[in-house]
Amino acid sequence: MSLVDEKVERAPGWNRPPVIAPEGDGELLEVSMGPHHPSTHGVFRMDVVLDGERVVKLKPVFGYLHRNHEQLAESQSYLASMPYTDRLDYFCSMTNNWAYALAVEKLVGQAVPERAEYIRVILAELTRVQNHASAIGFLIQEMGASGTPLMYAFREREKILDLFESLSGSRMMCNYMRFGGCRVDVSAAWLDGARKVVSGLPKFVDEFEELLTGNEILLARTQGVGVLRPELAVNASVTGPMLRASGVNYDIRKVDRYGIYDRFKFRVPLGDHGDIFDRYMVRVLEMRESIGILEQALKDVPGGPVMDPKAKIRGFKPKPGEAYGRIEAPKGELGFYLISTGQPEPYRYRVRPPSLINLTVLEDMCLGHNVADVVLIFGSVDIVLGEVDR
Amino acid sequence: MKSVEEIKAAIEAAVPGAGVTIVPNSSPSGENSLLIDAQHAFAAAKFLHDDGELALDFLSNVTGVDWLDKETTEKVKVTKQVPKEVDGVQTMVDETVEETRKSVEPGYLEAVYHLFSVAKKHGPVIFRVRTQNRTNGVELPSMTPIWRGAEFQEREVFDLYGIVFVGHPDLRRILMWDGFKDHPMRKDYVEPDDFEYEPTAHDKVLERHKQQLEKVQA
Repeated sequence: MSLVDEKVERAPGWNRPPVIAPEGDGELLEVSMGPHHPSTHGVFRMDVVLDGERVVKLKPVFGYLHRNHEQLAESQSYLASMPYTDRLDYFCSMTNNWAYALAVEKLVGQAVPERAEYIRVILAELTRVQNHASAIGFLIQEMGASGTPLMYAFREREKILDLFESLSGSRMMCNYMRFGGCRVDVSAAWLDGARKVVSGLPKFVDEFEELLTGNEILLARTQGVGVLRPELAVNASVTGPMLRASGVNYDIRKVDRYGIYDRFKFRVPLGDHGDIFDRYMVRVLEMRESIGILEQALKDVPGGPVMDPKAKIRGFKPKPGEAYGRIEAPKGELGFYLISTGQPEPYRYRVRPPSLINLTVLEDMCLGHNVADVVLIFGSVDIVLGEVDR
Repeated sequence: MKSVEEIKAAIEAAVPGAGVTIVPNSSPSGENSLLIDAQHAFAAAKFLHDDGELALDFLSNVTGVDWLDKETTEKVKVTKQVPKEVDGVQTMVDETVEETRKSVEPGYLEAVYHLFSVAKKHGPVIFRVRTQNRTNGVELPSMTPIWRGAEFQEREVFDLYGIVFVGHPDLRRILMWDGFKDHPMRKDYVEPDDFEYEPTAHDKVLERHKQQLEKVQA
């Protein structure tokens, strides 16, 4: 029995690029890129079919890092999953914490104190800056600029991670947020340290841009390569800087106005062409906007508690129901979907991973390009395998 | 944005014969969802995507949920006619007896879709489609022809829950390897024994092995 009428017209984004006609003798070569390939950022494999140098087919293969994070979370209490969310996208544990805390707060109707909201915004924007800086660093590394730009990015990232470490006790596995606030309060000294780091960031972005933007090799390798049309981007659920580089104005910080993002002034950078260069440029501009938000947020952090005193911690059992909470993580829309049946552990716990879903269009972007460009296009998506395979 | 009731009415007007019910959500999030029957789900989803006012062009999240058979026991007071000897004469007398009744609500698998609109910046609209039962190879229509974003997520639901999405262009396992047999996110999944790492057959291992054998034979 077929439930689907085959004659139904397909949506516009469905149409893939036309099948590429073979050149020369038409002999095809199948290459397996990965799972141990330096450009794949972890254990990820692409089955590429080549006609000479051109890609005619590309199938991503996942699952090498699969540990069934969702099942693990369904067998333990809500709070016990918080440290596991750090391990999803291990570059941005602060935003993962926030997304999960937001979903649970939505499920139980938990309010968050003002001071905690400010701290969350500060930490999320610091995360965004360091993620975008390293994403660009890796992208340039794959272009052949071995080391230098990546080390510039890592130098700055290390300053931000030092802030995270002094606050949460860990550089990357922060496990900092709680349902109804944050785990520990920030000190005045920490805020001064954060202000000092943030005051140095604009100079870093200037330096980074002077080094890279306008570089002849970067322009030649990235402009017009891996173009993603806006209709396809929306239809394929692409989110984050990749969607905005295709010219679609959709930033969840502006759309949902979660937390206290409606109090800050910032712009949403958009691309024109949707190629690798636009993705690079959107990330650079987003770093600048994030620095703007940080300056505004650090100016007046209000006093008060960082944890709602009424928040229930022991015997945490949400009433039956469900909630979907999402935030604008550095890589795209990170969502958590929770179903409670009144038990201490969630009945259903689902992570909507931006990294995995952004890879839906990888084949569409790569078809017709050379193998060397595949590495760049893949790098411009910005994924972390901990989140793809979960 | 339209309320859930208005969307329900709009779907019923646009897709004749579609069975749409509202699934209430009692949590403070208040996100009620629409339950659409599997036969009309594709046409209804197409309407949600194409309708000018709703314009739900962005499929954020697709996920499966496994609902096990629900066994409910209730105690019912029943009045029965019981033969009884009253003053030496055999007559029928009414007597109230307490009985326990068991009823089994069959379980099902469910696919949940979270829709947003990029063009109009509203959402979410949540709709869910349910299978008849929890056997292997239960079918639901795939939404990938409407939203490409469902491609990997429906593959994941197929892999972990075992729902076969009819109309999906490339339905393969995505996270587990190709030779894998079971669907690990189902609530009654029993993990396989790993004799390589547990060479001594402790009681626990033997018991699990027995369970596994029973499951394979069933």
